[in-house]
Parts: sequence; C-alpha cells; structure tokens
Amino acid sequence: MAIAYCLLTVLLAAHPIGAVAALAGRGPVGRGLVAGCGLSGALASFGLGVVCLGTGLVPTFDAAFLPLTGLALRVDGLSAFFLVVIGVVGAAVTVYGFGYSAAYEGRYSMRLLGAMLNVLLLSLNVQVMADNALTFLAAWEAMSLSAYTMVLTEHDRPGTVRAAHWYIALTHAGFAALTAMFLLLSAGDLTTSFASMRSAILSPGTRDAAFVLALLGFGTKAGIAPLHVWLPMAHPVAPSHVSALMSGVVIKMGVYGLLRVTIDLLAGGPAWWGGLVLAVGTVSALLGVLYALMEHDLKRLLAYHSVENIGIIFMGIGAGLMFQTYGLVALATLGVVSGLYHTINHACFKALLFLGAGAVLHATGTRNMEEMGGLIKRMPRTALFFLIGACAIAGLPPLNGFASEWLVFQALLGGSAIPQPEVAVIMPIAVAMLALTSGLAAACFVKAFGITFLAIPRSREAELAHEAPRSMQAGMATLAVACVGLGLAPFAVVPMLGSSLVGFGGVAPAEMAFALALPLRVPGASGQMSMPLLALGLVLLTALVPLALRILGADRRLRVGDTWGCGRIGQTARMEYTATAFAEPLRRIFAELYRPTRDLSIDFHPASRYFVQSIEYRSEIHPWIERLLYDRPLHALHHAATWVRRLQGGSLHLYLFYLTLAFLALLTAARWWR
Amino acid sequence: MIGYALEIAQAALALLLAPGLVGLVRWLKARLQNRRGAPVWQPYWELTKLFQKEVVVSSNASWLFRAAPFIVFSSTVAVTFLVPILVVPLPFDGVGDLLVVVYLLLLGTFFLALAGLDPGSPFGGMGASREMTVAALAEPTVALAIFALALSAGSTNLGQIVARTMTSPGASLSPGHLLAFGALFIVTLAETGRLPIDNPATHLELTMIHEAMVLEYSGRYLALIEWAAGLKLLIFFSLLGNLFIPWGVSVGLTPATLAVAVASLLVKLVVLAGTVAVLETRIAKLRLFRVPELLSVSFVLALLAVTSSFLLR
Repeated sequence: MAIAYCLLTVLLAAHPIGAVAALAGRGPVGRGLVAGCGLSGALASFGLGVVCLGTGLVPTFDAAFLPLTGLALRVDGLSAFFLVVIGVVGAAVTVYGFGYSAAYEGRYSMRLLGAMLNVLLLSLNVQVMADNALTFLAAWEAMSLSAYTMVLTEHDRPGTVRAAHWYIALTHAGFAALTAMFLLLSAGDLTTSFASMRSAILSPGTRDAAFVLALLGFGTKAGIAPLHVWLPMAHPVAPSHVSALMSGVVIKMGVYGLLRVTIDLLAGGPAWWGGLVLAVGTVSALLGVLYALMEHDLKRLLAYHSVENIGIIFMGIGAGLMFQTYGLVALATLGVVSGLYHTINHACFKALLFLGAGAVLHATGTRNMEEMGGLIKRMPRTALFFLIGACAIAGLPPLNGFASEWLVFQALLGGSAIPQPEVAVIMPIAVAMLALTSGLAAACFVKAFGITFLAIPRSREAELAHEAPRSMQAGMATLAVACVGLGLAPFAVVPMLGSSLVGFGGVAPAEMAFALALPLRVPGASGQMSMPLLALGLVLLTALVPLALRILGADRRLRVGDTWGCGRIGQTARMEYTATAFAEPLRRIFAELYRPTRDLSIDFHPASRYFVQSIEYRSEIHPWIERLLYDRPLHALHHAATWVRRLQGGSLHLYLFYLTLAFLALLTAARWWR
Repeated sequence: MIGYALEIAQAALALLLAPGLVGLVRWLKARLQNRRGAPVWQPYWELTKLFQKEVVVSSNASWLFRAAPFIVFSSTVAVTFLVPILVVPLPFDGVGDLLVVVYLLLLGTFFLALAGLDPGSPFGGMGASREMTVAALAEPTVALAIFALALSAGSTNLGQIVARTMTSPGASLSPGHLLAFGALFIVTLAETGRLPIDNPATHLELTMIHEAMVLEYSGRYLALIEWAAGLKLLIFFSLLGNLFIPWGVSVGLTPATLAVAVASLLVKLVVLAGTVAVLETRIAKLRLFRVPELLSVSFVLALLAVTSSFLLR
C-alpha cells in the first residue's frame, strides 16, 4: 500500500510541476523539464497501475488527501488497467515530444503546449481514478480543454481553427449528456461517491435513460459513428505527439467511461444495451476503415482508423454486455476482456503510427502521401517502426493487433450460446463485418506504408528527407517494443485483464482464473492458439529458409538493375502507382457509400482532337452520411443563434435588466422547487 | 515425439506435392483443351532452374523487397504445420486455429503486396492494389465459413473440426456444411488466383492480379514465391477436402492408416484439381469489377450456411 501512495504522490506532483516549469522555462531546458516531468508522471502511473493489477490492491484516497474538497480518488482493477495504458503511451509521447516540439521553437507557444501536455496527462490520470461524479466531470473537462488548446497549437494553418471548433462543440455536447447522466445516477448530488451510486435502486426507465446518455456522451469522446466527425478533423491538425496521445489514450476515456457506467455503476442491463453497443461498434469499424481507404492525408487516414478500432473495441464490449444479460459469465468476461485488450493494443500501435507519421511530417513537411515515397531508404528506423505498427493494426500475427482481434472473434463466435436465435443471429453478421474490416485495414496499410515509404520519392521534400532525432526514435521504439511484447504475451495479459474485472457486478469474478498455460485457453472461447509458439515458428522458418537455400546451393548472385517498364528509358516518380490509384478498385466497389464527384476536363489541340494538350482530373469524396445528419441541425442552430442575437442590444442597462430577471427567476424557481 | 516427426513429415510432404499439384491442374487443363500440355512434373524443373538463376533486383527496391519472399514462404510453410493434411490430432493443433491459418496467409499477401509497390513499377502497384482488394473482400466469407464449421464442431481448431465431423458423418451432408463448402470453394479460387478471378496463365499485364504483383521478381526469390503459391493451393484444397469430407484422415498412427491417409489425400487433391481444371476450361475470366459480385455470392452462401446451422442445431 505504501508504494501505491508513493507512486500516487509522484504522479500528482510531477504533472503540476511540469506544467508550471513549462510556463517558466524556455528553449531546450524548458522542453527537457516538460518531458522529464511528463515522463516521471507517466512512469508513476504505469507503476501504480502495475502494482494495483499485480497485487489486487484497491487504494482509496479521500478528499482530505487533496486541498480541494469534493474530490475523491480510488484505484480499482479497471482504473489500474487504464493507468497502465496512460503510462505506456504517456512515457513514449513525452520523450518523443522533446525532439518533435523543437521545430515549434519560436513559431508557436511552447509554454502553452508544454503546460497543457502535463495538464492533459494529469487529468487523464485523475479521471480514471475518480470515485465520484464531480471529480470525474472536472477531470473530463480539464482533459477536453487542454486537448483543445493543443489542437489549436498550429492555429495559423488552414483548417485548424475549424477543426478545433468542431471538436470543442461536440465534446461539450457529450459533456452535457454525461452531466445529465450523472445527475440521474446520483439523484442530483454530484459529490455522491460511486459506491453509493452502485447500491442505488433505480427504475428501469431511469437506467435506460442513463445508459443512452452514457453511450452518447462517451461515444462522442470515443469517436463512434456517427458522432466521430470531429475526430478526423481534430486529430490530424494537432502536433503529432499530441495526436498520438489523443488517438491512443484520450478517446479511450470513452471506453473507460462506458465500462465504468455499464458494468460497474449500473451492473449490466437488458440485452438491447449490448446489442446497441455492438451495432454502433460494427458500423464505426466498417465506416472508419472505408473512409480511411480514401484518405491521402497520412494523419487523417490514421484518425479514421481510430474510428475503426474504437468500433472493434465496442464490438467486444457490446458482445460482452449481451452475454452478461443472458448470464453467460465466461463469454461475458471474454467479450469485455477482448475489448480491453484491443484498447491497450490500439493505444500502442496507433500512438506508434502517429509518432511515425509525425517523423515523416517532420522530415518532409507534408501530410500528403502523394508527395512522399522512398522514405524507407532515407529514414530506415522510422520506416521499420511504422511497419511494425502497420502490421499490428492490420491484425497480422504474431503482433498484438492479431491477439486481440482473435479474442474479439472468439467472443463473437460464442454468440451461438445465446438462447434466443433471433438475437444470436446478429453475431455471425458481426463476425463477417469484423473480418471485412480487418481485410480492408490490411489493404489500407499496404497503401499507407507502400506509398509513403517505398519506391521513388514523389517530391523534392521526400527526396531530401532525413531520419528523426534520437528522442523521437526512442519514443517510437518504446511503443514498437510494446506492440511486439503485447503480441507475444497474451497468456500473461489476458489473466491480468480478467483479474482487473474482479468485483464488478456485470461480469462475475469466479470464472476469472485463466490458465496461465502457453496455448491460450480462454474460458468461453471455442478455439485456442499460442502466440509465442507461433512467433517462434515464424522466426525459425524465416531463418531456416535462407540457410537451407545456401546449403542446397541455390544461386546467390544478385544484380541491381532498372525496373522493367515495357522498354521505356528512365523511370520517373510519375510512373509510380499513386495512393488514389491504389484505392480505386475499392472506391468503385463501394461507390454508393462514397458517392465520389468526378471532374474531368481535357484540352484538345485546336487543330485536331487526336492531340491532347492537357488533362485535368479532380475527384472528391464528401461523406454524405455526415452531411445528412449534421447539415440540417447545424442550419437550424445557426438560425436559432441569429434569432437569439436580437437580445444582444448592446446597451448595458438592457444587460443589467436581463441579469436581474434571470436572478429573480432562479430565486423563485429554487423557492418553488423546495 | 512421433507426433512432432509426423508434423515435419506432413509439412515436407506438402512442400513436395505443391509444385506437382500446380502441374497437375495445368496438365488436366491442357488435356481438356485438346492440347498435349507440359508434363505434371514441369513445375519441379521450373523451380530447380529458377533456384539456379541469378536475381535481378530493381535499383528502387529496398530491403523489404528482398525480405518479402522469405516471409511469404515461411508463413505459408507455417500454415502446413497447423492444417490437418494427414493426421489428427497433431501436437501443434493448439498453436493455431482456423483464424490463425487465415491471418498467416494474409500476412504473406500483405508483404507480397508491399513488395509489389517497392520497385515503383505501375504493374506491381496495380497487382498489389487488386490483390489486396480481392483478399479483403474474400475475408468475410472465410470468417463466416469458419463460424459455420465452428458451430457444428464446437471449436475453431482444425483437429477438433475434423474429429467431430468424423464421429457424426451425417453432419457433413447437413445444409450448413454443404453451403459452407460452396462458399469456401469460391474463396479458394479467389485466394489462390484461379479463374474466373485471376488468370494464372496470362502474360497480359493489365488482366493479371497475382502475376502483375510479382512481375519484378526473378531467380530464387521468384522460386520461393511460386512455391508458396503452389503450397497455398494445396493448403486450400486440403482444407476443403479434410474439413468437409474428413474420411481417410488418420486418427491413429499405424502404418496402415497412414498409408490410407496419403492415398485419400492424393485422391481428394486429384478430384479437386480436376474440378478446377474443368471450371477453368469452361468459364472465362471475370472483369475485375464483376469479381465483387462473385464474392458476394460466396458471402451469401456462407451466411446461409451459418443461419441454417443455427436453425437446424
């Protein structure tokens, strides 16, 4: 217990010190202070999470621990798991940020960026440890605002301010939903502890309303379709290490919140809760990857993949909630565990990919994939790290993305155990959609890695690209190692995740003693596999084949020549396949979803139509579903705002009159309420 | 111990038979088209010759281009350790299930597609793009067929599926099994680059998928890729043969049952090769943008397979 308190003190001290130091320091010293404090805080939260998960401790810290009253902290299994997620990604991101933000020196406000990075990390930690609604909501708001500030860092670039507006508007809509939900759960008193919320007896209608509000509020933060619109705008424009933190950790707070409310505070509900979560997860996964395929902006592509992966996480959790309704304890646990496993896996590989994209942006100055190429020779280490992340997100064995997708598959395959066939029939459809999603993700990352890193540079910037500085490489290396490690060790991770769920009403603890055997035998799963043996086999075979070739006397001569081109002389980058061309077959197949607009204009020679002077081709994709859902309400809102503006007369007397009126109305209302 | 020896023997047998299977399909096809055709063992000579030739690598290519053939080959060979070709249960049965098999093959496709993009040739890019499109669209069918099989066998592990189907012979004629077989057969054509999805014999670059992607490869690298492609065909054939019609697969380890297993495997391979040869003679290649229609047919078959397994449980 003592070590837990020590780590918590370090954690709660390091980030505020870092924030203050950032405001005071400048230059490399300032950046070093920010990174140092951020790193020590992140390591402390990682340590605290591991200690609590490993020993099963549930440290509680009451308000007296902190100068502010009303705040309450408690670390249970679920919090501990998310502390680990914050710690791993936070550590990599702060180290990377030291090198990455050097380019911002003198151009943008380094003080604000450094301070807000530490505030964000602090608020994330406080949030997962929160033990009452007030603490939770305060941390939630601090998280949203600090992220907003950092999204605005490069405020002079086109699109940044608009993206930040979308982000802050939707995140506050979500905040409103969450506040309403907590008011419902706590009967109006936000300082009620979570413990008393758990024991509160609510009517089914209230519970349903609270669940829907939770799904809306947390779903907005997590970026599930169709509430995801802010995500592909805001994540790419933020500084890359902040994008990594936002995609890796901040959106996971939606997952944390949803789990906290559904399996802990409400302790499960009717089958349609899980069904709804599963359905929105499936739609998000598929829409996310389909839009990602059409993206040429490397960071936007990654942002759309966040939508996809949040969808996969929600699929696991939704299946778990459904099984829990039917009393299928082992399967319920499997579902939630698969969602949690994918949460930490996605945190690692998505943060890694964003850091890699940041290194590319740092080197080439562009996010447009069509201007990249050949970077594997100019920045070999970044390329290797990005490749590891790409394989992991594409769900290829033996990396971590495969391990968790396998568990999600197993959870969904267990759907046949649901006694009602009309409900159970959802599961095979979810299985098929998950398979389609992962296949498309593989296609998308062939595009993302192939067009960005392979072949010939498509621009001068890409040709002159340079490897990222050491600190940035260290950040990426940490996450790459985490991706490999999490892939190799499901036999250790899964039981730990299982034990983090002990004590929740939603999923029973009794069945949680997973066998720690090498082949992963999970209760409820209908198959088994072993990631370490699989990896060992692959490595052995890949090493043995060249050896066998050498022994058997295969020819070892190798000549470097020109790429074959039907007899043309000299190859230029314009002959390469582009990202647009790569995605073209899929764009045609899913044309109904994309509804691309095409614009082709050909300039003929005045003398003959057989001579073409220039061809201009433009094609754009506007997500019409988003327009359908957002355009009308936005229009109405704009209308209402114009109308309300009439109240704004500009006269101080008028405002005083309003104030008095509002004050009197409130007093009367308060009196009448009582 | 004998189990591990059998694993290695099984993988070696698969490696040995794979070029022959490709040769068999080619020979049968030639005979059906009134051509004399190259002998069945022609691919063995081709591989031998390719292994003896020098490699030409594009100056644009990176280390990935040189590593990809080994990754493709070893991931495919790894699959042969997991698939029940002769014997169940195998000691490595718990190492990977059907999902692992599917994703290991996807690992190979992923790296081959990257290698297609690496030399910067438009053919490679075109092949990579098309290959990944087909692979992605085939994925849901495979998953649903796995679901249908897992539903009746209670497991996604291959050994268990085979063992369960053997103990209840009626199951292999249930509508769920038959529909899943049909779905997986179409997927086999797509995944192994056969007509009507891809033409393995064409040398017209614009109609190729797999062949365009590997256009830049030569020498021992090409040999490894060709061998892996043959192995993939053998793996899919033995999945079709042994998961749906498991008779002949050896349960014990006596020499007699093993001999029966080898014989039944050869019979199944010849029958399936014959089917593919007839099919490739009878039908033309589909336009690329008609391929999704065929794959959605297989998807619907697989969905019906799962639904009927649900209802007839």
